[in-house]
Amino acid sequence: MAVIDHDAQLSRAGANVRGPLGSLVFFVRRYPLGAAGALIMLAFVGVAVFADFIATHDPLTTNARASLARPGGENVLGADFMGRDVLARIIYGARISLIVGIGATALGCVIGMAIGLLSGFFGGWFDLLVQRLMDIMQSLPLLVMALVMAASLGPSLTNTIVAIAIPLVPTVARTIRSNTLALREMPFVEAARAVGMSETRIAVQHVLPNTLAPLIVLATAQLGSAILVESALAFLGLGVPEPHPSWGRMLSESAAEYVRTAPWLVIFPGVAISAVVFGTNLLGDAIRDLLDPRQRF
Amino acid sequence: MASYLVRRFLLMLLTLFGMSVLIFVMLRLVPGNITDIIFDSAGFVNPAQKARIERELGLDQPIVTQYVNWIVGLARGDLGYAYVSEKPAIEEILPRIPVTAKLAVLALVFSVLFGVPLGVISAVRQNTPLDYALRVVSLSGLSLPSFWLGLLILMAFVQWFGWIPIYRGSDNLWQELAFLSIPAAAVGFRASALIMRLTRSSMLEVLRQDYIRTARAKGASDSAVNYRHALNNAVLPVVTIIGIEAAFLIGGLIITETVFNIPGVARFLVEAIRWRDYPIVQNLVMFIAIVVVVVNFIVDMAYVVLDPRIKYEE
Repeated sequence: MAVIDHDAQLSRAGANVRGPLGSLVFFVRRYPLGAAGALIMLAFVGVAVFADFIATHDPLTTNARASLARPGGENVLGADFMGRDVLARIIYGARISLIVGIGATALGCVIGMAIGLLSGFFGGWFDLLVQRLMDIMQSLPLLVMALVMAASLGPSLTNTIVAIAIPLVPTVARTIRSNTLALREMPFVEAARAVGMSETRIAVQHVLPNTLAPLIVLATAQLGSAILVESALAFLGLGVPEPHPSWGRMLSESAAEYVRTAPWLVIFPGVAISAVVFGTNLLGDAIRDLLDPRQRF
Repeated sequence: MASYLVRRFLLMLLTLFGMSVLIFVMLRLVPGNITDIIFDSAGFVNPAQKARIERELGLDQPIVTQYVNWIVGLARGDLGYAYVSEKPAIEEILPRIPVTAKLAVLALVFSVLFGVPLGVISAVRQNTPLDYALRVVSLSGLSLPSFWLGLLILMAFVQWFGWIPIYRGSDNLWQELAFLSIPAAAVGFRASALIMRLTRSSMLEVLRQDYIRTARAKGASDSAVNYRHALNNAVLPVVTIIGIEAAFLIGGLIITETVFNIPGVARFLVEAIRWRDYPIVQNLVMFIAIVVVVVNFIVDMAYVVLDPRIKYEE
């Protein structure tokens, strides 16, 4: 299997890279911003996984006496109109945000990858048809397409994931296709063909692994927008339904009113969304620089 | 050139045709239509009444007939009736377009005005603290949800002036534009971040070219090299960005019009989607697709005109 070994490349370039720990040290020193992004992501993943242990309140329990409680005291970040603890809702909201963000990105990447590989490697009428379809899908803004899909599928966690994943497909399929087209002409593919390997095996064993690097670059780049679209859908009332606490919904329409009366309800969920997306973008930039040297400046 | 233009134009029509099919299918992925919503909220279903409403709205016809009716109507400028308001869809949509168009133009101007110069500065000063600062700003621009940015702006107004800017249509164009510049900044900030990043990388790419080195070797001053030799060439790819921007801006407009309560076409789309008002959603999404596709077509053509290196000959 011919896979480009990045560690080996780095060592040849003079970087002191030994083992996974060495790679980690290298990454942190070479891309401090990317490492910061990874740290932010890890923190949010940790919060999402251990939400049950971290949160001091239940995110769904209402409490009339705590209605619109100011930050500080019992509710560290305040409470919403129904007296639900904002901090707890943000902590549990990390779950929704990450499940939908990562789920949609993964789904979109898998579908896009399959389509791109098939279309690039085998070409023919399938390729033509798929390329036109991708053209069409790309002429709708991500959010508009997700909105229409979310609305017509109906509100649920799975549907939200699907509604965000499908609009991500064309970008992935396009990139993987153009990559596959280049890889198809590589000497190692020719060699595999010469020893009598079947086309399907060549596609899966030789071409597929080499498209993983651009796929990872794309996936990290898309993760941020997937999380943003999730929050936008929730904000517009078309995302993951109640009772799941979603950051976007915490900011939904009534927020315009709270701008005046209860700013903490507006500020904190927005900080959470921005921080996690900022983290993925920092990490995504670093990964792109690392894996895609043509883009490195 | 002419044959390229024709081919490109036909491809555009094909894309729009495919788009119309895609939109039509997407809206009917799941059973259920406006009559279900009406009867859901009523709490009971009267089958005879339901059938009557469906017949009135043309929902009882086969799906292919519904599609053909839509396209034929579209070609004649007849967009059907909005289910909710029972007015012709075109009367609902047309009056809302000017506000959104003004907002979009302002946002685009804002994003180019900030994005291009800052991207150039960032590239010219590559790897200096200024570059890092600008990159963090542009990255944060892509990370802030636009509705939150809008809410923060509203909050700043409450804090400093004690009032919230509310849109009232105005006869005075300048007054209206002055108000619209506030939400336009919210939309444009995000868009300018995108332009800034793309300008920076395009500029960096040009700065590494041989002719730049030649210019420097001949003793041209830094500013002459950066702004005469490099910028002229780096701006070309930035033009294509406007095509990408069109799609990007529309997403921002939908959110921002909702936050600032601007009665434009983008916010109307969200309302119509909630009501499953097919004629409105269908036509609006189609309208958005047409705008994006046509803008991209024009950008492509502009590119051919602007860049003499590109020749499309068959």
